[in-house]
Amino acid sequence: MSREIAAASLEHVELVLVTLVIAAAIGLPAAVWLARRAAWRRWVVGFVNVAQTVPSLAMFGFLLPLPLIGGIGKRTAVAALALYALLPIVRNTLVGLLGVDAGVRESAEAMGMTPRQILWQVELPLATPAIVTGLRIATVSTIGTATIAAAIGGGGLGVFIFRGIAMYDKWTILAGAVPAAALAIVADEVLGAIEKRMRGVGDGG
Amino acid sequence: MTILQIRGLNCRIGGREVLRHVDLTVEEGETVVLLGRSGSGKTTLLKCVNGIVADWAGEIRFQGKSVAEWDRFAMRRKMGYVIQDGGLFPHWTVAANVGLVPRLEGRPDGEIAARVEALLRNVGLDPAEFGGRYPRQLSGGQKQRVGIARALAADPPLLLLDEPFAALDPITRFDLQQQFVEMRRSWHKSALFVTHDVREALLVGSRIVLLRDGKIEVEAPAAEFRATKNAEAREFLRALSDEL
Repeated sequence: MSREIAAASLEHVELVLVTLVIAAAIGLPAAVWLARRAAWRRWVVGFVNVAQTVPSLAMFGFLLPLPLIGGIGKRTAVAALALYALLPIVRNTLVGLLGVDAGVRESAEAMGMTPRQILWQVELPLATPAIVTGLRIATVSTIGTATIAAAIGGGGLGVFIFRGIAMYDKWTILAGAVPAAALAIVADEVLGAIEKRMRGVGDGG
Repeated sequence: MTILQIRGLNCRIGGREVLRHVDLTVEEGETVVLLGRSGSGKTTLLKCVNGIVADWAGEIRFQGKSVAEWDRFAMRRKMGYVIQDGGLFPHWTVAANVGLVPRLEGRPDGEIAARVEALLRNVGLDPAEFGGRYPRQLSGGQKQRVGIARALAADPPLLLLDEPFAALDPITRFDLQQQFVEMRRSWHKSALFVTHDVREALLVGSRIVLLRDGKIEVEAPAAEFRATKNAEAREFLRALSDEL
């Protein structure tokens, strides 16, 4: 049993990591792009907000019939999870970028920095704590939501939970739930510590 | 030599005419003060010069060349810029902030370090004590000193200053004004200095340009400004004579 739990935990972590890499790869550039386009921002953030309100089990159901990303298995699971993880990443990155002091941005421009230099040397470093906050929230919530992925063959710790529900066996449920909770707590603590360090740097402490 | 030449400058922002047919020249070594109430267009004029405000009509020539012909980024690096709260990068040390423009220009590290040290001394800050600090560890006056050092770092022929001392307490403000005047005497830089404070204008300016509703009302050498009969200028000067 314990070997099985370890294997499922590993699979779970894998699912979460792949999801986050994809969500960050889409969400971070999207936020950078949106930060300079107020008109688009409203629509895109609105869409991602709505996507977030769809119950996760229903989301897996919606994605099943779609070509390429649909079907039973990990691919559908990752697609749905990434869609959920996008919101905190996009929103927090936007908060970070838009929160850069207007005087700082103006003087960067007036000193002759190019837009690319301003982005990489000023805006992104100053937004980093907020970006890490987004990644932390996305990680923790993905660890939880990923348990539902087992319903469509995504694997991971959710397998125990669904099996336990089917068997009316609380120990089997706990075998999935406890490691998932532990993973979430550890991820939260670790990323929280990184975030705190980053804030110190950003404030010049 | 004429550093800056502005002819027939008009600027509209959001349908409002912010600048109306402004003609202005800044000669080498001269500090021209743009004086005016809030909303008179003085800050916009400054931002038209370095292209932060890009939507204007007319002609602006910098070092004899139309600003349209300049590479925008190269030109800005030749115009030191100081704003009210310094605009220092909070995630960079004082030394890194001051060394910004030389670094953008790709100067060697050793040269930048030496330059930063000299500049900090110049504005009255001990490089050993302040070089490693972050902006939030500085007082308002120290931040402005660093801001001025940063603006001077690449030895630009023109300085643009937007109410650089307005947010400081009166004593610190006076100190910095005095120091600015002293530095001005020893360098041969031109400056365009925006302020709403007539006392400051008289203190730091070699020439005063009074703006009202986007138009130049008065243009006079600082020494003659007090004698002007213009009504708007009298309003500003009245504030002086009302003081104790």
